[in-house]
Amino acid sequence: MEPLDQDLEEGELELPAEPMMLNMGPSHPAMHGTVRIVVELSGETITKADVQIGYLHRGFEKMCERGTWTQCYPYVDRLNYVSPMLNNVGFSLAVEKMLGITVPERAQYYRVALGELARICDHLTCNGAMAMELGAFTPFLWYVRAREMIWDIFEEETGARVTHSFGRVGGMAKPPTAYFKDLVRATLPRVASVVAESEGLLLKNRIFLDRLESVGKISSADALELSWTGPCLRSTGVPYDIRRAHPYLVYDRFEFDVPVGTTGDNYDRFMCRQEEIRQSMRILEQCLEQMPDDGPIDVDDPRIVMPPKNEVYNTIEGTIQHFKIVMEGIKVPAGEVYSYTEGGNGELGFYLVSDGSGTPYRVRIRPPCFAITQGLERLIVGAMIPDVVPTFGSMNMIGGECDH
Amino acid sequence: MSKAVLEALKTRFGDAIWDTQSQFGDETAIVDPDKWFEIARFLKSDPRCAMNMFVDLCGVDYPDRDPRFEVVLHLRSLEKGHRIRLKTRVGDAEADTAEVDSITPIWGGANWFERETYDLMGIVFRGHPDLRRILMYPEFKGHPLRKDYPANKIQPLVELLEGPEKFAPFGPDEGMPFGRQTHEYNRDDPKMVDGREHPNPSPELPARGPAPRKSLAVKES
Amino acid sequence: MTETRVFEGTESGFATTKFEALLNWAKKYSLFQYPFVTACCGMEFMSMASPRFDMARFGAEAPRFSPRQADLLWVVGTISQRQAPALRRIYEQMADPKWTLAFGTCASCGGFYDNYTTLAGIDKVIPCDVYVPGCPPRPEAVLDGLLLLQDKIQRGDRTPAIVKPRTDPVPRAKELVSTERLRLGPRAVEPKSKP
Repeated sequence: MEPLDQDLEEGELELPAEPMMLNMGPSHPAMHGTVRIVVELSGETITKADVQIGYLHRGFEKMCERGTWTQCYPYVDRLNYVSPMLNNVGFSLAVEKMLGITVPERAQYYRVALGELARICDHLTCNGAMAMELGAFTPFLWYVRAREMIWDIFEEETGARVTHSFGRVGGMAKPPTAYFKDLVRATLPRVASVVAESEGLLLKNRIFLDRLESVGKISSADALELSWTGPCLRSTGVPYDIRRAHPYLVYDRFEFDVPVGTTGDNYDRFMCRQEEIRQSMRILEQCLEQMPDDGPIDVDDPRIVMPPKNEVYNTIEGTIQHFKIVMEGIKVPAGEVYSYTEGGNGELGFYLVSDGSGTPYRVRIRPPCFAITQGLERLIVGAMIPDVVPTFGSMNMIGGECDH
Repeated sequence: MSKAVLEALKTRFGDAIWDTQSQFGDETAIVDPDKWFEIARFLKSDPRCAMNMFVDLCGVDYPDRDPRFEVVLHLRSLEKGHRIRLKTRVGDAEADTAEVDSITPIWGGANWFERETYDLMGIVFRGHPDLRRILMYPEFKGHPLRKDYPANKIQPLVELLEGPEKFAPFGPDEGMPFGRQTHEYNRDDPKMVDGREHPNPSPELPARGPAPRKSLAVKES
Repeated sequence: MTETRVFEGTESGFATTKFEALLNWAKKYSLFQYPFVTACCGMEFMSMASPRFDMARFGAEAPRFSPRQADLLWVVGTISQRQAPALRRIYEQMADPKWTLAFGTCASCGGFYDNYTTLAGIDKVIPCDVYVPGCPPRPEAVLDGLLLLQDKIQRGDRTPAIVKPRTDPVPRAKELVSTERLRLGPRAVEPKSKP
């Protein structure tokens, strides 16, 4: 019906007053391809929102029940694919907690170093992608360039650019290469300069600031109630960092600050991540300083760690040991454990149940972005449609982890 | 570290605490499902516990036990820095009465975790404000994380195109036997699987098991 | 464009070709792409679009976030059963001529997610032109796939193609000998004649 063709009263010329329903996603460029938000609009203001996840549910937990403990690593890698090494380390620590073993000191430093490199990648990607979604394409390219530098290190160390599957129960797949320290030391200043330059591009840009500041605000009480962790919780002023609160590996030997925000808006989340990149670099410098240059990388336990290749080929003990670990898997004592580490987005927990065989009975991940994404609804109700993009971007929702 | 919490729970609730464990440095209390909500509220409000951070909630399926499911809750206190795991057991062998009180009124963060547990395990949370599927689509039947749900039984939303049937990414004689269905393949006649002819590709896909890999059979013959 | 013949001698010169070949040539260097990015491969997709690997060199740099304006659908990452209707709908919205490229193992065949929720390859739902294996594939492999697709467009070929794995460009023994010869002169590596 064409309202203007008819002879109507003045008041009837207005548009219908029913709320408008709008779908954002799952193929919306700012929704990372995996989230659908059904919003109810009054004008351009969101009155109601329903966040629907699950478009990247890949059955990680079910798949892990089918292989050995070691075969979980590739799946664990692809949970938070922005920082796979942190997942590797978290899962290794969880299984080792059940086995009651501690990896040698060199492996602990190595895990910290690789983990912190992955954390830098995570924050770089999050901030870069958020900038891109707000129209700032150049900083995104710069951030990706900085990320490539770090990926070069990963490629040298692990052989893979993104999904490394490098962790093992009781150590790492390979000892660090001879030039690991030099590589990292040479790369970090370059990354730092790129980050500083991009920050200069963004933080003097009025449009960027206007879309971040006091948008998507959350109070610390609300964030705690929604069980937020990580940079998103810290941006509201709660200094909860698992590396500080429950130090694992060798984090208690390093000096670093836990950056906190004040208001909990998008700007604070952005800046928390920026600052954490610098803190990670600080940790890395100290870590490389203290890391021993030689020493074992795996625990000395033939039931857990694979024998060296020449032993497998030349001795019968080595062959049997290799066969047992590959075919039956590592025998983890029956029981259950909850292990937690600081992932890129917050508390990355693994709740494992073992029945004493070589196959996990239940692998449960506590994904940090799952809890964070459930707060999205609260943040965007009452806001405008364009505010959804920076708010969602600053939460760093990772599909693989959030949807399991 | 959180042994004091377990003591406080025991003195306050007595018989409702079925068991307590300390394993691998984690403290666990197994509680009566009827007192689930009350105990959770006590843990948050009592100053000795002060569990103000909800961490995780999930379900575990034990098909052999009589209360079949375990609901596992992890909590942490921000002030005191201690953690506790709270478990309860619900559901019978047919998983009909797997019901427990929702704790979303205590910690708002439990909302999606309970929805996920309902979705994947089929445990109903009484009093949950919005108990819908979250990871799977509404048309999905069954609860995939239960042990009796076949891991590769798909329920497609769109009609799949004609083409080779879904088969495992590994060949029939590759890979490892445990946990996976192994099939007998007839090398001479690749259509024969498990001693009978494999059905033609159809929208009704078999629940488990790979179709014969045609290229592989050609290569070997 | 092997059919093209160039005639010279006049002031400006001219070329003759088949109209179809010219059209295909124009199509292959002006691919407007729609990235359907869902999962891990998106990280490599970012790298591929960024300066180091620079997809723009191959005439495919313009992303269109509306399927109606796109020619090439990149399916980047795992497609779950829940996502499949959305994927099909996007494909149906694209205007002809349209091509599809499966980026990564999950999009090609489901990868190691052989379970209740993952679609075993996008070709169960939409037709697919080029498959790029890898989990995730390196950007070089994807560029290889893009070149393969352009070649297919030029030839007007719609049969599905797979990017073959390539060996490292490390000089083989034979080539090593020839480079050695370049460096040291022919006599240094000549096999000694039998006495």
